Amino acid sequence: MTNLTAAVNNEQTGYQNFSAGSFTFRRDEYFAYIDYPDGEYVMPIDAFLKALMRDIAWGFFYGTVNFDDVFGTTNHYGNVDMFIGSMNEEYVNNGKDFLENFPSEQLMEIFQAMLSDWTIEGFDPFAAPQETGTAWGPKNGNNDEAISRTRQVAQRMIGIPGDTEVRSDDTGYTVNRHFTDVDQSQPVVDAEPGFEDQIHGFNLWAHLSRSDVTWNPSIVSICKQSLLCPTTEEYILPVEHGNDRVEWFVQVSDEIIWDIKDGASSKPRASLVMRAGDVACMPADIRHQGYSPKRSMLIVWENGSPEIMEKIKDGTVPRVGVEF
Amino acid sequence: MSVEYKTTFASIDNFNKGGVQMVSGNIKDYVFSNVYEVAANAAPYERVVVAKNLVYTLESCRAEGESPWYSCAHDEFAIAFDYDVEVHYIKMDDTSFIDDEKDGSFRLDGKPAGQYMGKITLNRGHQALLPEKVAYSFKAAKPATLVLQAILGDESTEKWSDICLT
Repeated sequence: MTNLTAAVNNEQTGYQNFSAGSFTFRRDEYFAYIDYPDGEYVMPIDAFLKALMRDIAWGFFYGTVNFDDVFGTTNHYGNVDMFIGSMNEEYVNNGKDFLENFPSEQLMEIFQAMLSDWTIEGFDPFAAPQETGTAWGPKNGNNDEAISRTRQVAQRMIGIPGDTEVRSDDTGYTVNRHFTDVDQSQPVVDAEPGFEDQIHGFNLWAHLSRSDVTWNPSIVSICKQSLLCPTTEEYILPVEHGNDRVEWFVQVSDEIIWDIKDGASSKPRASLVMRAGDVACMPADIRHQGYSPKRSMLIVWENGSPEIMEKIKDGTVPRVGVEF
Repeated sequence: MSVEYKTTFASIDNFNKGGVQMVSGNIKDYVFSNVYEVAANAAPYERVVVAKNLVYTLESCRAEGESPWYSCAHDEFAIAFDYDVEVHYIKMDDTSFIDDEKDGSFRLDGKPAGQYMGKITLNRGHQALLPEKVAYSFKAAKPATLVLQAILGDESTEKWSDICLT
């Protein structure tokens, strides 16, 4: 049998290998190699690390995080599948797919260690390409400060006393280079004496203009289980997010093109162009990947209700947001 | 060469809606609308649902003139998407009539008795809390677009065929 496994010389590059069940992960100066019982899969290291960063930051997220058309994870909320080809029609039809299930905490620990070792000084997988160095080359320090950023999550609303702070120069968030024209004024709050801490407002657009990450929603306000999760986007969403429930987008500024494929087979379904004010729903049976030519503002609107989890488990989760 | 970037927003009187290019399936699956277009075609303070997930909603609301007074058993939030809108608040003397189990906002019978709490003047991109069991009213000198983070209720209007791409 021909040995197709790439030769990776860790002594030369200084990186570590990582194992999870039957999977082994290796990297060299340009690529990530994923070994599994039936073979080996290769991804560019920059794409791999950006996707890995989101999978970690989102806690395996809702549904499937496709690193590309072949490799990814599917969240079962407590345990997670890691797969090669399970969401690719050709792999499945030819029996070449491979899947292994892990306790979420166990796989998360391995992913975090791998991201830490493989992310070198100067490379920030959260950043837009023009705002970071490259992922290439031999082991050269780390960037744990960048990869350990946690997303901001409001308990009720950003800026309310005791809740998550509004971003500002003082809190270390400067205005992004693409948003220097965004008005930074705060709403005028004329509270009567005694009601100063009961009425509240803040400039959400200014808050977003100071986001230091791309494609990583934070939570700014919560209405029971309704989570308003705005984010700023630039270049390409580093994963194809496979929905297990519907997901709504409201484009706030500029433009994003969404490439929509079938969730199971990866066959193309549609292309959406969203401009300021546009609203669209991602169906529960698709995967989507966004392209943002300029840094843009997007509201991702999620439903964190346990009822959704029950519906996913019993197969009754609605496929579309609204039937009309 | 340095580039001066311009952020493109829109408004109730100036928007450029995108669209969907289909390969397969049904365009209606994407429930594609535009909050400015919806507000431009709505009656003052009509709350049109533009996104819905089980009972939860995002609603586009055309602010124009003074609104009725509203309240709600739970928090809601309002975002000014283009022009200035004032939000006025009253701490009601009597909230015993509010059903804790009832979702969504409801209209009050006129201005309620209570203490005036103050007002917030929202401009483009400003978000305001509409606290639970507090009465609130909007005021806008000219047509403006509000987006409300809410729950389907008495004031919510659904007219998907009118607002979405088909």
